[in-house]
Amino acid sequence: MAALLLAAAELVLLMALAPGVVGYTRWVKARLQGRRGAGVLQPYRELRKTFGKSMVIADSASWIFHLAPWVVTASTVAAAALVPVVSVHQPADQLGDLFALMALLILGTVFLALGGLDPGTAFGGMGSSREMTVAALTEPTLAIAVLALALTSGSTSLGAIAGTVLANPANAIGPGHALAFAAFLIAMLAETGRLPIDNPATHLELTMIHEAMILEYSGPYLALLEWAAATKLTLLLVLAANMFAPWGIATAIEPGAVARSVGVILAKLLVLATLLAVLETRVAKLRLFRVPELLAVSFTLALLAATSSFFSR
Amino acid sequence: MTIPDTLLLIFGALAAGAIAALVAPSGAWARRVSLASAFLACAAALALGIQAVQSGAVWIWHSDAVLSPLGGITLRLDPLGAFFLVIVAVAGLPASLYGVGYLRHLDARPRGRAVHALMNAFLAGMYAVPLADNVAMFLFAWEVMALASYLLVVSDPEDETAAAAGVWYAVMTHGGFLALLAAFLLLAPDQRLEFDAMRATAGGLSPAATMAVVLLSVAAFGSKAGLVPLHVWLPRAHPAAPSHVSALMSAAMVKLGVYGVVRLLFDIMPPLPLGWGALLLGLGVLTALTGVLYSVAETHLKRILAYSTIENVGFIFVALGFALLMRGYGHGALAAMGLMVALLHTLNHAVFKTLLFLAAGAVVHATHASSLEALGGLIKRMPHTAVLCLVGILALAAVPPFNGFTSEWLTFQLLIAGARYTAPSLAIMLPLALAAVALVAGLAALSAVRLFGIGFLALPRTEGAREAREAPLSMRAAMALPAAACVALGLMPTVALTRLAAVTSDLGLPMGQLDTGTSLVLPLVGSRLAPLAIAALLGGAGLGAAFISRGRRTRVRIDSAWNCGRIIQSPRTEYTAAAFAEPLKRVFTGFYRPMHEVTVDVHPASPYFVRAMTLRADVVPWMEQALYGPVVRGARLATDLVSRIHTGSIHWYLTLLPIALFALLLLARWIR
Repeated sequence: MAALLLAAAELVLLMALAPGVVGYTRWVKARLQGRRGAGVLQPYRELRKTFGKSMVIADSASWIFHLAPWVVTASTVAAAALVPVVSVHQPADQLGDLFALMALLILGTVFLALGGLDPGTAFGGMGSSREMTVAALTEPTLAIAVLALALTSGSTSLGAIAGTVLANPANAIGPGHALAFAAFLIAMLAETGRLPIDNPATHLELTMIHEAMILEYSGPYLALLEWAAATKLTLLLVLAANMFAPWGIATAIEPGAVARSVGVILAKLLVLATLLAVLETRVAKLRLFRVPELLAVSFTLALLAATSSFFSR
Repeated sequence: MTIPDTLLLIFGALAAGAIAALVAPSGAWARRVSLASAFLACAAALALGIQAVQSGAVWIWHSDAVLSPLGGITLRLDPLGAFFLVIVAVAGLPASLYGVGYLRHLDARPRGRAVHALMNAFLAGMYAVPLADNVAMFLFAWEVMALASYLLVVSDPEDETAAAAGVWYAVMTHGGFLALLAAFLLLAPDQRLEFDAMRATAGGLSPAATMAVVLLSVAAFGSKAGLVPLHVWLPRAHPAAPSHVSALMSAAMVKLGVYGVVRLLFDIMPPLPLGWGALLLGLGVLTALTGVLYSVAETHLKRILAYSTIENVGFIFVALGFALLMRGYGHGALAAMGLMVALLHTLNHAVFKTLLFLAAGAVVHATHASSLEALGGLIKRMPHTAVLCLVGILALAAVPPFNGFTSEWLTFQLLIAGARYTAPSLAIMLPLALAAVALVAGLAALSAVRLFGIGFLALPRTEGAREAREAPLSMRAAMALPAAACVALGLMPTVALTRLAAVTSDLGLPMGQLDTGTSLVLPLVGSRLAPLAIAALLGGAGLGAAFISRGRRTRVRIDSAWNCGRIIQSPRTEYTAAAFAEPLKRVFTGFYRPMHEVTVDVHPASPYFVRAMTLRADVVPWMEQALYGPVVRGARLATDLVSRIHTGSIHWYLTLLPIALFALLLLARWIR
C-alpha cells in the first residue's frame, strides 16, 4: 500500500516538475545566449493561461482531433507511471517494462500524427510524416539499448534494472552501460524533438516537426499537448538518470530515504537539463535528411553496447 | 457432437452451400444460402478447433474408399491442426457475414454464383489442409485451396490486372506444388505416403536428403506464405480478388504456409542443424523489412495491406526460425516459447488483417476508388467503418492495448531471452534481429498512420470520396467481430497463450505451467506485462485529460483551419500519401531506387513561361526484376522454341506421336 501511494506521488511529482524542467532549460539557454530570459516558472503561467482560453477548432477536423490530445496525455501519463523516480521498489514493474514504455510513447506519437493530419492542412501533414519517420528510425536504437541493459540485469523492468545497477556498480561504469547511455541520449533528443533534430523554439518554419503537428490546436487542448511534451522530456531525463546512474535512489520506503532521494533526483534533473541547454546552444539544427545519419551513429553505439554486454554478463 | 459429426457438418454445409449457389432460383438466394452455409461451417469449425486445442487429444481416421489408387486418405485432428482450423474460421466467419451486403451487386451477374460456390470450395480446401495426415489428402486439399483462390482472383473478367495477377499466382503456386511433391517423395520411405510413417523415418534421412527436404518445403510453403523472394505474386493477387476473399487469402491462406512449415519442420522432421533455424530467421527478417518498406511506398489501399501481410509473415518466421534454432540447439523451453509467439502472432495477424481487408473493401465499395490519393474525409461519411478500421490500424501499429502489441512485446522478450540463455556465438545475431524487428514495428506504425490519416481524415480528395455512403449493416457487423477480437486478445492475451501451450507440448516442446492471470508472465522472461491494467491506466488518464480540457465551460468556436495564416484550404493543398512517405524514400534510397521524371512544357516565346509540368515518381522493383526477369525471359525463349514444331501439318503431328511413344518407352526402361 505504501509502495502504491509512493508510486502515485512519484507520478504527481514528475508531472508537476515537467513544466519547470522546460522552463529551467529555456532559462539556461537564454543566459548562454546573453539574454536575460523568462523565469523558470514561465511555463506554469503559460499553462494556466492556455487552459483558461477558448478553443478554435478547424471545421475540417473530425473527432480524432478531439481524441488526440486526450490519448497523447493518457499515454504520456501511463508511460510516466512506469518510471521509477525516487524508489526502486516499483509496483509499476507489475504493469510493464521498458518495451511497454516505448510502445506507450509510440501510441502518443501515433495519435499526435493523426491529430496533425486531421484538419487537412499542409503543415500538419508535413509534421506528421516527419515525426513518424524519426520515431520509426529511433526504435531500433532504443530496442538495442534496452537489450544491452537487459543482458546485464536479466530483466527489462525499470525498477529491476535500477536495482541491479545499484547492486553491481562495476557494470554501471563498464563500456556496455556507457555506450548504451550515449545511444539513449541521442535517441532521446530525437524522441522529444530537441536540437539538432527539431527546434523546440520554432514556429512558422518549414523545418519544424512537433510544432507543425500541433499548429491547429488552441486553448486547453494546446495546454494538454504542451504539458504532455514537457512530461515526456522529463520522464526520459529521469529514465536516463535512474537507469544509467541510479545512485541516490531510495531502496527502502521510509521518509528519510525518500526525502533524500527526491533531493537527489532534483539535482540530477538540474544537471541533465543544464547539459541539454548547453548542447542546444552549441549545435545547429541538422537538415532533415541528415538526421538518419545521426540516428545511425546512435544505433552503432547501441549495437556496440549490446556486444560488450555479452562479455560482461 | 463428436468429431466426425462436426467434420461432416462443416464439409457438408460447405458442399451444400456450393451446390445451392449454382442451382438456387435467383442470384440473391444463391448469395444468401451459400454464405449462410459458409457461416455455419465456420462457426462449427471454430467451436471444433477451440475444443480440440483445449482437450489436446488426437483423433485419426483412415479410409481406403476415397482416392484409393493413392493409398486412401487419412485425417488427423491434433492441437496444431485444430489451431489452424481456428485461424481459418476466425477469418471465414466475418468474411461470410460480410459477403451478404458486399456481394449484392453480383446478384444480377452470372459470375456471382461462381464466386459464391468458389468461396465455399476455397473454405473447404483450407479446412481440409490442417486435417490431412497423408500426402494424397494433403496435396488434394492444397490444390483445391489453390485452384479455388486462383479462380476467385481472376473472377472479374473486366479487370485486366487481375488476369496478369492470376498468371503470377498460378505459376508460383504450381511451382510450390511441385516442390512440395518432391519434398514428400523424398520423405516417404518405400512409397508409404502416410505422415505417421514419415515421422518414424525422417530421422534416418541422409544429410543431403534432409537438406533437400528442408529447402524444398521452405520454398513450397514459403511461396504460399509470401516469404521474400517468393512473395511477388502476393501483392498482385490478394488485392485483385473480391475483398472478402482478399481477407481470407491474407488472413488464412498464407497462414497455411506457416502451418506447413510447422508441420514439416517441427512435427515430422527431427531437430535440425542450427544453420536451418538461422536461415529461417534471416528470411523472416528480410521478409519483414521488405514487406514493410514496400507497404510504406505503396498508395493502392489493398496492396498496402498485402505488403503488410508479407511483413507480418516475416514477423512470424522470425519467431519460427528462432524456435527452430533453439530446437536444434537443444533449448526446449526457448524453442517452445518461440513457437508459441509465432502461433500467437499468426492468430493476432489473422484477426486484424481480416478486419483491415474488410474495411478496405467497404471503402472501395463506397468510393469506387482504391488509391489513397483519391480518398480522404471518410471518417465523416463512414463513421462506423472508420472507428472499426481505426481498431485494426492501432493493432497494426502495435500500440497498447491492442493485440498487435502483445505479439510484438513477446517477440522482443523472446529475442532478449535467446541472447541471455545461449552461447555468445549463437546469441550474437539476435541483437541484429531485435533491431530489425524494432525498425519494422516503427515503420509499420508509420504505414498505419499513413493509411488511416490520408484515407479517412482531412478533406475528401475526389467526388467518389465526397459522395461515399456508409457500408450496409451486415458489412459493419462483420467488421465488428474481428475488431472485438483485436481488443479482447489485446487485453487478455493469456487466454490464447495458455491454450497455445497445449499445441507446443503436443509437438514435443512442453512449455510448463503458464500463469493464467491477466498479466503476461513467462518463464525465462524477467519482466511482465499487464495489458488490462495498462488499459485501465490509459482510460483513467484519458478521462482525466478530457475532464480538465472540456469539463469546465470551455468556449469552442468552429472556424476554418488556421494553417499559419493561409487563407485557402482545399484538398489540393493537403499532404498526399506519396508526400507522407517521401522522407522515408530518401532515407532508404538504396532500397527503393526511386525514379523521378520531370517533363516541362514551356511557352515557345520564352523558356521562363511554363505551360505544364509533369512529374512521374515511382519505385523500381529491382529485386523482382533481377530474380524473375531472367526466368520470364527464359520461359519465353523455351516456348518460342517449342512453338516451332507446331507447323499445323497433320502428317508431321502423326510422325511425332510414335517418336514420343518410343522415347517414353526407352525412358521407362532406363529408369527400371
